[in-house]
Amino acid sequence: MQKSLNIDPGKCTGCLQCEMACSYEHTGTFNPSRSYIKVFTFHHEGRFAPYTCTQCDEAWCMRACPVDAISVDLATGAKVISDDKCVGCKVCTIACPFGTVNYSQATGKVVKCDLCGGDPQCAAACPTDAITYVDADWTGYDRMLASAAKSLPSAEATT
Amino acid sequence: MQHVIVGAGPAGVVAAETLRKLDPDADITIIGDEPEPPYSRMAIPYYLIDNIEESGSYLRDPDKHFKAQNIEVVQQRVDKIDAKAKKLTLADGSSRDYDKLLIATGSHPISPPIPGLDLPQVHSCWTLEDARNIIRLAKSGSNVVLIGAGFIGCIILEALVKRGVHLAVVEMGNRMVPRMLDEKAGGLLETWCKNKGIDVHTSCSVDGIEAAADDQVEVNLSDGSKLSAALVITATGVKANTDLLEGTDINIDQGVLVNRRMQTSNPDIYAAGDVAQGVDFSTGNFEVQAIQPTATDHGRVAALNMAGKDDEHHGTLNMNVLDTVGLVSCSFGLWMGVDGGDSAELYNEDEFQYINLQFEGDHLVGASSVGKTQHVGVLRGLIESKIHLGDWKNRLMQDPTAIMEAYVACTQELSYS
Repeated sequence: MQKSLNIDPGKCTGCLQCEMACSYEHTGTFNPSRSYIKVFTFHHEGRFAPYTCTQCDEAWCMRACPVDAISVDLATGAKVISDDKCVGCKVCTIACPFGTVNYSQATGKVVKCDLCGGDPQCAAACPTDAITYVDADWTGYDRMLASAAKSLPSAEATT
Repeated sequence: MQHVIVGAGPAGVVAAETLRKLDPDADITIIGDEPEPPYSRMAIPYYLIDNIEESGSYLRDPDKHFKAQNIEVVQQRVDKIDAKAKKLTLADGSSRDYDKLLIATGSHPISPPIPGLDLPQVHSCWTLEDARNIIRLAKSGSNVVLIGAGFIGCIILEALVKRGVHLAVVEMGNRMVPRMLDEKAGGLLETWCKNKGIDVHTSCSVDGIEAAADDQVEVNLSDGSKLSAALVITATGVKANTDLLEGTDINIDQGVLVNRRMQTSNPDIYAAGDVAQGVDFSTGNFEVQAIQPTATDHGRVAALNMAGKDDEHHGTLNMNVLDTVGLVSCSFGLWMGVDGGDSAELYNEDEFQYINLQFEGDHLVGASSVGKTQHVGVLRGLIESKIHLGDWKNRLMQDPTAIMEAYVACTQELSYS
């Protein structure tokens, strides 16, 4: 069974170990600004939320790519970018409605979570299990839709 | 089932692949009239700066992909459609029958009515053939005049600058990319380009082009200036390639009119991509968007319906991302705002940073930004999901950069589990 990243914001302490691990894995430097996973801070609520690509089935990024530079890693299900093919046109960065494909000025290419080939370093580095790598039963778009529905007044009325 | 697709761009190729997934046994044919394998015009700017070979612009691996998918690719021009007999006549005299036909013929650059555009130094920038001509003439140190600072004009600026030419840009509008960015954002682009040594003329048009000595031309501008050039590039907009449907009873306006199933007024003929006038997500009106993400969305929806699924599109969101000599800008949906709506903006002229959000009630309906490369896609998510922002609207009015926080907070459970 394929696995996916499971993120539980309630457990996140905002330590940014995930960003350090991700940037080191992908760029060879400890540089959170180049991490593909991002921890968002909510000062008002005193909360943190790690956030990255859900490897959604729709794969808007992959469909929008004009040069076939994004493909599915059949082992992990991750949508991965080929640096050789990516021309840096950035169409995927506006096509992804989750904002998780980003242009890197350092490389002139786009970057996104690739699940580290099946051993995600963010999950390995997380000291509180806020990020875990688990069997994927429901993830991707359905999960995003379910989450999006939470913000709708109609959904609030029925819960 | 015999599916025939006319046009080998992104809309046609995505449609063919989607059809193959849905129907393993169907006959699927793509007919395109350009001499190269299916390629992407989006990649041409990167070909112009030698970042990629011509093959780097190909939509798919031409040797393996289409064969593996059992999709026939025919290099021919389609001359005529007989909608009654459901038959195409090709330029070589042969004919093709179809059950379902997809028109994905794209668009072509339009030329403004300027005397001298037929001179050999004048080229558009649309096909790989155009790109080869530009590479040949845009030699380091030569003078180049670009007519039109729209999306295509701006996206090839960097390539021209990197080729080492002396560049002048002439735009009729009062700012750069007037159909994608507002005055502040367009102004930032103009200052940025001027700082890079580009001679920018806005609110200005070209009166005429004349041959001059040494294979040069002279470009006469409406502001009285005269520019000498070895190459003139026209990038003044595109128009849907509807010629093929002239003489049929299919409804055509700015493009081929299609319903939410991408079906034309003939139920067996569909249209997708730059040639199609489909429903716009933001306005509900039928518009020709002529952008890459819309082309691929159209291709997929057309294919679903051609294969017998009943799939209605909720409309494509108009959006663009542009890299102008290193300054990245983008816009989404109703970036110019709506009557009675609210807006929030952050403008930092010195740092070339700009973000503008447009709300209707408590949801986002449009946005534009300059100098921002991180998480811009979430603007699409916020607009297309019509997420009710609640209190986050007020927070965004205070700090319009907190778009990702707003999205995450509105869609994720933040409390302790």
